[in-house]
Amino acid sequence: MKETKELNIPLGPDPEKLLKLDLSHNPFGERMTLQMGPQHPATHGVLRLELQTDGEIVTQITPYIGYLHRCFEKIAESVSYPQVIPYVDRMDYLSSMNMSLGYALNVEKLMGIQVNERIQTIRVLVCEMNRIASHCVAIATYGLDIGAWTPLLFLFQEREHILDLFEELCGGRLLFNYIRIGGLSHDIPPGWTDKVLQFCDYMIPKIPELNELLSFNKIFIERTANVGVMSSKLAIAYGITGPNLRATGVDYDMRRDEPYSGYQNYQFKPAIGRGEQGQPGDCWDRYIVRVREIEESLKIMKQAIARLPEGDVKEQMPKNFNKMPIGDSFVRTEAPRGELGIYLVSDGTKKPYRVKARSGAYCSISALPAFATGCLIADLVAIVASIDIVLGEVDR
Amino acid sequence: MTPQEICQRLTDAGLQVTFQETPPEPCLEITSESLQEAAQLLKSNADLAFDSLLCLSALERPEFLETVYHLFSFKHRHHITLKVRCPKDDAVIPTVSEIWPTANWHEREAYDLIGIRYDGHPDLRRILLSEDWEGHPLRKDYQPPAFYHGIPLTTQLLTPGDEGN
Repeated sequence: MKETKELNIPLGPDPEKLLKLDLSHNPFGERMTLQMGPQHPATHGVLRLELQTDGEIVTQITPYIGYLHRCFEKIAESVSYPQVIPYVDRMDYLSSMNMSLGYALNVEKLMGIQVNERIQTIRVLVCEMNRIASHCVAIATYGLDIGAWTPLLFLFQEREHILDLFEELCGGRLLFNYIRIGGLSHDIPPGWTDKVLQFCDYMIPKIPELNELLSFNKIFIERTANVGVMSSKLAIAYGITGPNLRATGVDYDMRRDEPYSGYQNYQFKPAIGRGEQGQPGDCWDRYIVRVREIEESLKIMKQAIARLPEGDVKEQMPKNFNKMPIGDSFVRTEAPRGELGIYLVSDGTKKPYRVKARSGAYCSISALPAFATGCLIADLVAIVASIDIVLGEVDR
Repeated sequence: MTPQEICQRLTDAGLQVTFQETPPEPCLEITSESLQEAAQLLKSNADLAFDSLLCLSALERPEFLETVYHLFSFKHRHHITLKVRCPKDDAVIPTVSEIWPTANWHEREAYDLIGIRYDGHPDLRRILLSEDWEGHPLRKDYQPPAFYHGIPLTTQLLTPGDEGN
């Protein structure tokens, strides 16, 4: 990666000065209530933030969610176990593969199914591809929110290649219904892995290009470094997981520390925020962790294709869900927006008794008032975009 | 620490905890009176150090309501599941949002969808549904209203065929 050392100077508002501001005697301007959203381009969906402002300073943030509530948990109770998968896909519609993997692993744990190596490897491969596609959107829209238009076009072009590969794999470009309970909907088409390898070789040199274009751009660093600093203590207390947690300096990745679906067989290094341009846990760290995760995902994809064993992807799929074991299980997986935890309760019938999804973005947005209060209005746009929320996952 | 050892620690502190061997994972059942004390101990004890509440789920069982807490310790990398019951006609459980801030929004969601009131919660409002919504949709006997502010709502939920896969 191309690093630019001379820009390593403290930029952005000084947090110590912000703490010293006396907000009681109204030194900057008039107080007002500002509604940000639900139709605001920087809220990435239908999120409403009620802001109390004092001049340009945001003194209070109250998030309102639920505009995209689609009763996922209620619907899941009225359909059979395999029929839940399309609904799980629609939770975080930018990383459907990771969503359906979490649910499929949970039902498999409940039923005691251990899928074969080929299924595990293909699942890892498609999930990492979807992680790249999802991070591409996150980075692209982050640039757009800050005011950079070119990265959006640049990264959506790369994402398009992944979507084309997914279209060839399973027919869907956004919502796949590919990972099923105990297997996959079908095997990979002939010659597909060569195209994926071609894509890896094409994508690897694009990351230094992106770094030159956006990551080490002086204007971008000024807008993001030292802005919205989240401490690791706050992140753990609020249940923030995934890239947002690692950006605060906590070295924890589900894929490495509690491996599932055969992740222990891959060599990769989770990206950690180190405060290179400001402090650990600022917006720039959250951004760069995602860029570096793309590189790690490309490594995992190459390893997955190299070790792809033979096997049948459908032989272990259960045909009958009438005799489900009674019990409850909780399974966590590392989705692009933090850990997806699914709590599933079975009462022995073919329909789930209760499905509860704990999404990473839900926890991220709940912590927003705790770490973003006191910032400037313009910085709030940078902060909301940097925690990378998808409202489909927040509201379910 | 294994769940048995954690259970032993809590009973040594004089709390009403029972160890349940439920497949696939064991859990600890706690009475709602000793929940807050147990949560405080689980978080602050250096050997337990459960600093993260992964998930808080509420559900309705045939005879009672239940809240399930999945805890995790980043320091020791161990897990535990707590279950707290409350009767349906007096659905009150003490809050743990002071101990784990994650619980703040999750308890609001549980109140919204199941109707358990978390005693001592700083801001117990509906979160996913609008404030004037009636009833708690994840109750098994819930009947959706026919109209909401004059907007007709479909009363039939999705009823697919019986075949699996």
